[in-house]
Amino acid sequence: MRHHLILRVITKLLIGTIMLFALYVQFHGDYSPGGGFQAGVIMAVAFIIYGIVFSLDDVQRVLPPWVVHKMAAAGVLIYAGTGVYSLFAGYAFLDYAALSPHHPVHGQHYGILLVELGVGVTVTGVMVTIYYAFTSRTPILDDEAW
Amino acid sequence: MATALAVVRAQSLFATAMLSGVFSLLSALLLVVLDAVDVAFTEAAVGAGISTVLMLGTLALTRRFESPPSHSPVLPLFVVLVTGAALIYGTLDMPNFGSATAPAQVHVGPDYIERSVEEIDVPNIVTAILASYRGFDTLGETAVVFTAGIGVLLLLSGLRRRRRDKKEDV
Repeated sequence: MRHHLILRVITKLLIGTIMLFALYVQFHGDYSPGGGFQAGVIMAVAFIIYGIVFSLDDVQRVLPPWVVHKMAAAGVLIYAGTGVYSLFAGYAFLDYAALSPHHPVHGQHYGILLVELGVGVTVTGVMVTIYYAFTSRTPILDDEAW
Repeated sequence: MATALAVVRAQSLFATAMLSGVFSLLSALLLVVLDAVDVAFTEAAVGAGISTVLMLGTLALTRRFESPPSHSPVLPLFVVLVTGAALIYGTLDMPNFGSATAPAQVHVGPDYIERSVEEIDVPNIVTAILASYRGFDTLGETAVVFTAGIGVLLLLSGLRRRRRDKKEDV
């Protein structure tokens, strides 16, 4: 896709905005619609659009497959780790009050933030993984084929 | 509805993929009208965004036009009609939209709405319920997403790698 100049320029402009929006949805999920799942998908879209408009090699130079695989696992670990931490701190599994024993409501805030981060990281990882898995099998189409 | 019919009628699979994206976007709008913003968000991002891209990716692997049907459409049509009729019959028992006495409004809903402000103090109650009251469910959901990713990896990229290894052995 060497000659799609407009597409490439607009994509470059958009990717930053998409990532910023993903982070907003991620960390503002307490106050507005959205949360880890949606943010993860939007973050994945930023990489996928880069992969579509440029090439799979380009996006895999930014985000190699092994990093993506680790991300998918790391999110679940963050989530479950939060639960295990509260278990060891003497509370029930996933009782976020453990994160701030003197101020349980703050603990809830930290807990939700951490857990949503876990969900977001996993969803980003898995979505990009699936995209890689699909497109790395595809023979590279020239523009005329579409 | 018109989009769904167009999806069924279209012969070009590229058009089908695009139209199903449009269908997802329209249902996202419907969910916004129903005040379910969080769900609409997900539908728009996943349904209209990612799954369209994945369908196009699959399309590039296969052919771009539908093969002619090999059997008569009467039996599938009958099954679809019966299922549809059963589902519509099921909705007759449902409470009216927005009814204050609906089970969804009188069971645990009011409890969450009353308590979440003092217990969690997060303005978005959906987030509070998902991440805190239903933390176990969301952990399970995350695990499901993770498992799905592993499944796709095993099915799509594992095979190829093994073949390459064999070649290197030879």
